Amino acid sequence: MKRLISTYIAVLSCMAAAAQETIYPAKVQETPVFLTNATIHIGNGQVVEKGSLAFANGKITAIGNSIQAPAGARVLDLQGKHIYPGIIAPATSLGLTEIEAVRATNDNEEVGEINPSVRALVAYNTDSKVLATIRSAGILLAQVTPEGGLISGSSSVVQLDAWNWEDAAYKADGAIHLYLPSLQPPAANPGRPTPPKDRTAEFLEKTGEVRAFFREAKAYLQENKHAATNLKFEAVRRLFSREQKLFIHADLVKEMLVAVDFAREFGFDVVIVGGADAWLIPDLLKQHQIAVVLVQPHSLPIMQDDDVDQPYKTPAQLQKAGVLFCLGNEGFWQQRNLTYEAGTASTYGLSKEEALSAITLNTARILGIDKTTGSLETGKDANITISAGDLLDMRSSTVTQAFIQGREVSLDNKQKQLYERYKYKYGLK
Amino acid sequence: MSKIRVFLYRNSLSRLLQGKGLSCLWMLTSALLAGSSVKAQATFPVNGITDTREGCYAFVKATIVKSPGVVLNNATLVIRDGRIVSAGGGPVPKDAVVVNCEGRYIYPSFVDLYSDYGTPPVKKASGGYRAAPQFISTTKGAFGWNQAVKSEVNAASVFSKDERTAESLRNAGFGAVLTHQQDGIARGTGVLVTLANERENKTVIREKASTHYSFDKGSSTQNYPSSLMGSIALLRQTFLDAQWYQSHPAKEGANLTLQAWNDSRSLPQIFEVQDKWDVLRADKIGDEFGVQYIIKAAGNEYQRMPEMVATKASFILPLNFPQPIDVEDPNEARFVALSDMKHWELAPTEPAAFEKANIPFCFTAAGLKDIKQFTAAVRKAIDAGLSEQKALEAVTLAPARILKAEDLVGTLDAGKLANFLVTSGPVFNESTVIYQNWIQGQQYNIKDDGWKDIRGTYTLSVGNTSYNVLIKGTASAPALSLLQQDTLAGSVTLEGQLVKLSFPLKKGGTQVRLSGVAGGQEWDGTGLDTTGKWVKWHAVFNAAYTPKDSTKSKTPQQPGKLYYPFNGYGWEEQPKQQDLLIRNATVWTNEQEGKLENTDVLVRNGKIVQIGKNLAAGNARVIDGTGKHLTAGIIDEHSHIAISRGVNEGTQSVTAEVRIADVINPDDVNIYRQLSGGVTASHLLHGSANTIGGQSQLIKLRWGADAEELKFAGADPFIKFALGENVKQSNWGDNQKERFPQTRMGVEQILTDAFTRALDYEKLGADKRKDLELETLLEILHSKRFVTCHSYVQSEINMLIKTADKFNFRINTFTHILEGYKVADKMKQHGAGAGTFSDWWAYKMEVQDAIPYNATIMQRAGLTVAVNSDDAEMARRLNQEAAKSIRYGDMTEEEALKLVTLNPAKLLHVADRTGSIKAGKDADLVLWSDDPLSIYAKAEKTIVDGIVYFDREKDLELRQRISTERNRLVQKMLAEKKKGTPVQKAAATAEEMYHCEDLQGGHQRGLKGGENEL
Repeated sequence: MKRLISTYIAVLSCMAAAAQETIYPAKVQETPVFLTNATIHIGNGQVVEKGSLAFANGKITAIGNSIQAPAGARVLDLQGKHIYPGIIAPATSLGLTEIEAVRATNDNEEVGEINPSVRALVAYNTDSKVLATIRSAGILLAQVTPEGGLISGSSSVVQLDAWNWEDAAYKADGAIHLYLPSLQPPAANPGRPTPPKDRTAEFLEKTGEVRAFFREAKAYLQENKHAATNLKFEAVRRLFSREQKLFIHADLVKEMLVAVDFAREFGFDVVIVGGADAWLIPDLLKQHQIAVVLVQPHSLPIMQDDDVDQPYKTPAQLQKAGVLFCLGNEGFWQQRNLTYEAGTASTYGLSKEEALSAITLNTARILGIDKTTGSLETGKDANITISAGDLLDMRSSTVTQAFIQGREVSLDNKQKQLYERYKYKYGLK
Repeated sequence: MSKIRVFLYRNSLSRLLQGKGLSCLWMLTSALLAGSSVKAQATFPVNGITDTREGCYAFVKATIVKSPGVVLNNATLVIRDGRIVSAGGGPVPKDAVVVNCEGRYIYPSFVDLYSDYGTPPVKKASGGYRAAPQFISTTKGAFGWNQAVKSEVNAASVFSKDERTAESLRNAGFGAVLTHQQDGIARGTGVLVTLANERENKTVIREKASTHYSFDKGSSTQNYPSSLMGSIALLRQTFLDAQWYQSHPAKEGANLTLQAWNDSRSLPQIFEVQDKWDVLRADKIGDEFGVQYIIKAAGNEYQRMPEMVATKASFILPLNFPQPIDVEDPNEARFVALSDMKHWELAPTEPAAFEKANIPFCFTAAGLKDIKQFTAAVRKAIDAGLSEQKALEAVTLAPARILKAEDLVGTLDAGKLANFLVTSGPVFNESTVIYQNWIQGQQYNIKDDGWKDIRGTYTLSVGNTSYNVLIKGTASAPALSLLQQDTLAGSVTLEGQLVKLSFPLKKGGTQVRLSGVAGGQEWDGTGLDTTGKWVKWHAVFNAAYTPKDSTKSKTPQQPGKLYYPFNGYGWEEQPKQQDLLIRNATVWTNEQEGKLENTDVLVRNGKIVQIGKNLAAGNARVIDGTGKHLTAGIIDEHSHIAISRGVNEGTQSVTAEVRIADVINPDDVNIYRQLSGGVTASHLLHGSANTIGGQSQLIKLRWGADAEELKFAGADPFIKFALGENVKQSNWGDNQKERFPQTRMGVEQILTDAFTRALDYEKLGADKRKDLELETLLEILHSKRFVTCHSYVQSEINMLIKTADKFNFRINTFTHILEGYKVADKMKQHGAGAGTFSDWWAYKMEVQDAIPYNATIMQRAGLTVAVNSDDAEMARRLNQEAAKSIRYGDMTEEEALKLVTLNPAKLLHVADRTGSIKAGKDADLVLWSDDPLSIYAKAEKTIVDGIVYFDREKDLELRQRISTERNRLVQKMLAEKKKGTPVQKAAATAEEMYHCEDLQGGHQRGLKGGENEL
């Protein structure tokens, strides 16, 4: 009944003003909330059947089968729905771009090869129309990531319900991003007499440039006084102290080996992003404790001889080898399908709860935010997604409520409003 | 057919002879006919004293291979005036210079039909993709509209002797080549020339010997055609234009290109291809216009021999077999597909395959990096199973026959040009030396050394002492040894007649050094003995040296098997239809019966025959469906897989003449990958770069079949239209602001203009120029061809509906149609259906209002709605894309499944044949591990026409086979490298991947070699 009423209100509101401007960021949690009668997916592999979860002041206070609602709590009987940790989207240009083909809307790629001081956070647009569609798919946090050049700048983790980027910042400038040039042998070019260009030389030159940069930065940072301040060197100070991670975007084996070597030489905390061929070297990644953000399992195999389902099963291969990994998706609007990337990873070898960890707790660990989020544990932020059914399967993944730091966020978005508008036009119920 | 062409050819030859007066050819022919009375005549003045020679030679005691298989021992070849007088037992004329050829072999010099010898170098087109457009040819003069059609070029007019190249060709054994300017789609005529170092007037032996074609536009800077299908359309249209031009229509004025096209129709027509499938493409054009092309092959034709036989073409085969790939670095070798490795192993079997299939063929040196490797390459083909006789034929008689130049070259019959080789032995033997290559009666020495074979035993007297000396080794590199108790090695070198000898008299002792003149049986000279005293010496020949036969009988290694298609996942044998009983599955019928539990489906002869419980299997193979789900095969209504060399013509706003049907690529691994996702049929569309794009092709995913067999026979033909940003080039950069239209206003006018032109064209008389573009548009107007239109925003959808209404036809399907939900009522009224993406948006301005509820709203408004991919990856998860409509808009599961099965079948007019599980329909079925709308469902078996084309268990076997076969070939290539065989760098095997959009989200990026946008 309640749902019907709220739908009615939504219809009214969209008729009054069919625009997103009336979708407000939620207010700070004031009353405790008690979610009950739900299947609770903790995010760490555990499931609490018919469980309850309480949170107050933005933090989870209790979770289990037999806990009681706190006094004065708003009680929500979920009638068997599923509770998940808020899903986290790593390595995305969400909020940095609005319409991919319209240049004026693109703030994701700066010019120049080495730009460690560039910060994605300050360009993050909390008013992007895309954000609400992502949020309503249960994705509540995202690592907003710059692209372009070799060292493209720093990414920040944001929560997806905010008035401005300062409010949105969940972990500011947590990682610097290095995009390695591709080492894929160039394609043979049938019918053309000139042999394809060898990319190795370019790769070595560019990676050499990066290495030289880090060596000089390291030396620079040994000395406190400088006649001329170098902002680029200053920007990587926290990489050397491991307060910041180096996310190296690399897909092929040799590229990843170079990434490992960066970790070895400079002592950086390295994460590989991409990792298409990570399945070829899981033991090596495990040995060097390199985590991997696997971008988009919904990809074609790299080579025609590869197993047709290779990208689908790569997550399970990394899981089996004990590599810390999480799942990502390309682009920005596409993030709403992240849960289905996890679903596919489960079809091809992960358990459902492992697949969930790959978009929640593992991601939080890799992004360095697992102290406060990524799983439904007491003391962590109440970042919570509630779904009518299995969130990893499109048949049942309708998100009914979501909370970020205890605030119940709006699940309305432009697309729902347009849906209502045209149901109205055609007289559809 | 061929008789007629000969007749025509003779006519044109006589015309040529009459017209050209004192051409060289005329002179030669007259000389032959009229004796020597006029042969001395020429227009060229002589500086000095005339030195006319008849050049009569008699080569005696030779082994003459007069023509392949005709070997004359101890025979005589007589030549005079550059022609052969006799070969065999003819008398030696008194005025002949007699050459003793004892132990030598004489062969006809080789002929190469595919050369660019002596033609100007071709400049590659610059500018490139996205430079400012060029709509018509920039060739100066009264020529045709398209710069890639260069029929007016005559190689004879641009040919100029190039002695350096000629020498290298002569050294490789060639005496004559057919050369042409290798530039453009129609390349004009070729000229047959000899490689003699003479004035062009003498070496041009047939001025117009052939015409040449390809699918490659070469140096043309004009935009059209930009795709393979555009090249094909251009050729077809040029045939029609040329037919029409025969009446010299006033409006056209003079068109020297079409004139030349018509004038050269009777010549042998040679078509160069890049791929085995191109052979069929070229042959099909030939069939349409009554031409049997001679095919300059690509080298991978062996992969589809039955299809090659069916063309009835003759072939010019290249011998540039791939080098072994350097696979030492496993991380580089990873990017080399098994198909490339197998091609390395199997390419040399191509000539043998042609011999076995009884297809006429000749060889060309074209493409060889080093012409010196020509005979080595022929040997490679022989090692791979080609007979030596056929090999010889392929460089002599066969090219002459194919070119119809047997009167000039190819054998040593009387009257032909005196083009022949003198060799030390059988011409393709590894140790054989070509001594001389005679061309038009002129001697060209290739290797002197060894011509004089001094090997044998000699009695050598130095001072007062006699020694027995043996000279062995090879004819070109003789070696000396002194025969006594301990045989002692010395050395002998011969330069012309001058000889040098040295040898010790005991092991490690001082050398005797001698030099002198080798004069046949007796040698004389002086030298220094071991003590440094001058001595004179004399040697007498005793007996010839007979080398031991050192040819090892090579046991040819059995190469790996062919796959159909030529891909790691291909079949070793084409699959056969089988009766099937799928037992006890949950059957999603897509019919009134809905979802049936515990139900059997019987398939016979590729059709569904019965649906029910506990059906009798009979002879059918039983597939257990317990716990599984059976659905109709998925149909991707919007796909760009399996397309070769360009999905968009797009260089003009209307290209209705181009056809995807012409460029289907049956080797595309995405066919297999999509079978693994339950897809059984794909509608292959032209891209969306222009308003009226090309004709579409519906295929069934019969993995292993060729292009014709892939086609969904009898299905209604379709064409692709497009509207919006791509058509008006909004996102193509600042150089693309010239092509009309640049606005949605202009798009309407392009459509109106096109259909108006078509209607006006229809009213023209019978002698009109048949226009492929307008003919296609008329098919649309007459409801014989149906439109699927790429479209996004409501204004343009509405506009197209109104335009179609005005011209009284119906838009069958709006595709993409992301704002279809805004005008579903208008679409319904018009009678259009919709094929959409489930949830794409935000990748370009015109999709800012796209919503994932689109499919649901349109369906609920009464439209037939399909969800499609436009993307090779997503296509293998279309069941999941359909399931998104359950989440977005609460569609029922059964309705959602129809979005990717029955509904696309309806939109494609094949719902009577496929799309649901119903008796009488094609057995296009998928057995799923789970509810097909679930993300956890895998297609376990995908069946097309009752054939299981994908089977997850068989797939595991194939993976193992790939791994084993890769390893075998890697080891083999490593061994080659170790042996010192030159290797090629590992290059990634490219795959062609297309989408119709240029800036689309939701795609794969990065790692594909051949990614092409638009």
